[in-house]
Amino acid sequence: MQFTRSHSLLTRILLAAAGIFALAASAQSNAQTALDDIMKSKEIKIAIPTDFPPYGFVGPDLKPQGLDIDMANYIASKLGAKIELVIVTSANRIPYLQTKKADLVISTLGKNAEREKVIDFTAAYSPFFQAVFGPKNVSVKTAADLTGKSIGVTRGAIEDMELTKIAPTGADVKRFEDNNATVSAFVSGQTTLMATGASVAGNMMARNPNLSAEYKFVLKDSPNYIGVGKGEDKLRLKVNEIIAAAKAAGDLDKMAQKWLGRPAGDLPN
Amino acid sequence: MKIELDFLAVLAQWPLLAKGVVWTLALTALSAVLGGIVGVACAWARAYGAKPLAWAAATYVELVRNTPFIVQLFFVFFGLPAAGVKLTPEIASIIAMVVNLGAYATEIIRAGLDATPRGQYDAAKALGLNRLQMFRLVVLPPALSKVWPAMVSQIVIVMLGSAVCGQISTEELSYAANLIQSRNFRAFESFIIAGAIYLALAIGVRKLLGWVGPRFLFGASAKAGAR
Repeated sequence: MQFTRSHSLLTRILLAAAGIFALAASAQSNAQTALDDIMKSKEIKIAIPTDFPPYGFVGPDLKPQGLDIDMANYIASKLGAKIELVIVTSANRIPYLQTKKADLVISTLGKNAEREKVIDFTAAYSPFFQAVFGPKNVSVKTAADLTGKSIGVTRGAIEDMELTKIAPTGADVKRFEDNNATVSAFVSGQTTLMATGASVAGNMMARNPNLSAEYKFVLKDSPNYIGVGKGEDKLRLKVNEIIAAAKAAGDLDKMAQKWLGRPAGDLPN
Repeated sequence: MKIELDFLAVLAQWPLLAKGVVWTLALTALSAVLGGIVGVACAWARAYGAKPLAWAAATYVELVRNTPFIVQLFFVFFGLPAAGVKLTPEIASIIAMVVNLGAYATEIIRAGLDATPRGQYDAAKALGLNRLQMFRLVVLPPALSKVWPAMVSQIVIVMLGSAVCGQISTEELSYAANLIQSRNFRAFESFIIAGAIYLALAIGVRKLLGWVGPRFLFGASAKAGAR
């Protein structure tokens, strides 16, 4: 008797599991409807970061702000939809898209082969880059101008590799343990320039406006793309249209200039 | 799990390691000499100086001996620029090491001074020596001789402590090891080699100072004082 009961319980669990798979499969089969759903409900869920200034961070009013938030609002307004911001981290932004907790991910997402297997990407909307930064009154345009100047960099980071490749022998490259030490050295004037990622530099410039630091030249570009669910071609093409129009109208440049201190430049499609 | 060690990948970067060794030794030598002088001066101030002077020396010693070296180093390198003092990483490292060693040396040398028998002061006074002569010729040499092993240990400790100077981009030995492992990801080998070099340096410095001390610092006059 007991055996039968537990057997029937097992059967029910199996049935339930089969049901979930069936549901998942049906979700898969009508996966192309995201754009229609958005147009119908006039609502769009967009995943954004709040831990990655200046792309996404919490402002003094405790509301998310940054380049990614501006971009999210921009796209929502072009779609004529009400926006619902979904806060994600680097680790969970792709799962949020896969499980449809978000229609779009605008969260400094870089494109690579592994990610393209599980989600689709629109055209690039903003630059992410490692670059050399320094005060306005120091003239640096190319790697050759680094001669005789001190540049702080975080040891072993991508920017260290790139800088080491191109720095002339006369450049005084000072390598620090972590981003905090690199920033401290630059802020306290111990190094004239610093090489770092756009995020770290943007944060440093926002907190130290008195340094009048600016972008000098790029070390490595790795632009950001908007993530859409796998196979959501209608939504992806619609967003691509919006990005192309924004690029033509100079809106992407304006956003990049506002948050990163340099225009978006020539972004890949 | 099997770990494959590739020491050649690290040793191929020997110019970096050699530069690191030179910097570590240079930092140690400079801070030993200057820190020793600071130590003697402050020990004198604490033992024989006027009240305010003794008090200032005591404050310095307590401040330094009760804070971590890395905090002192960051204070000099990141903190002082706020007061308009900008220093290169190397100068900042030397200052921090001198300040650090000076405080410990003060206490070590003071212990030696305290151990000098009263009778020697009286004898020196009877010979008509002034206070400076008495300190320099009679009190200090036997005091240094007594505490020299402790002093050498402290210098070796400061040399090993100089490893943190790499944090502010002074290119000493640990900085070299760190840089190498961030380039070729051979962290284990890098630090084994750096550790072996530190061991050799520490033994070498100890032997060298054990030889130098009695011959050049307190040898002849120490014996004269004892005689």
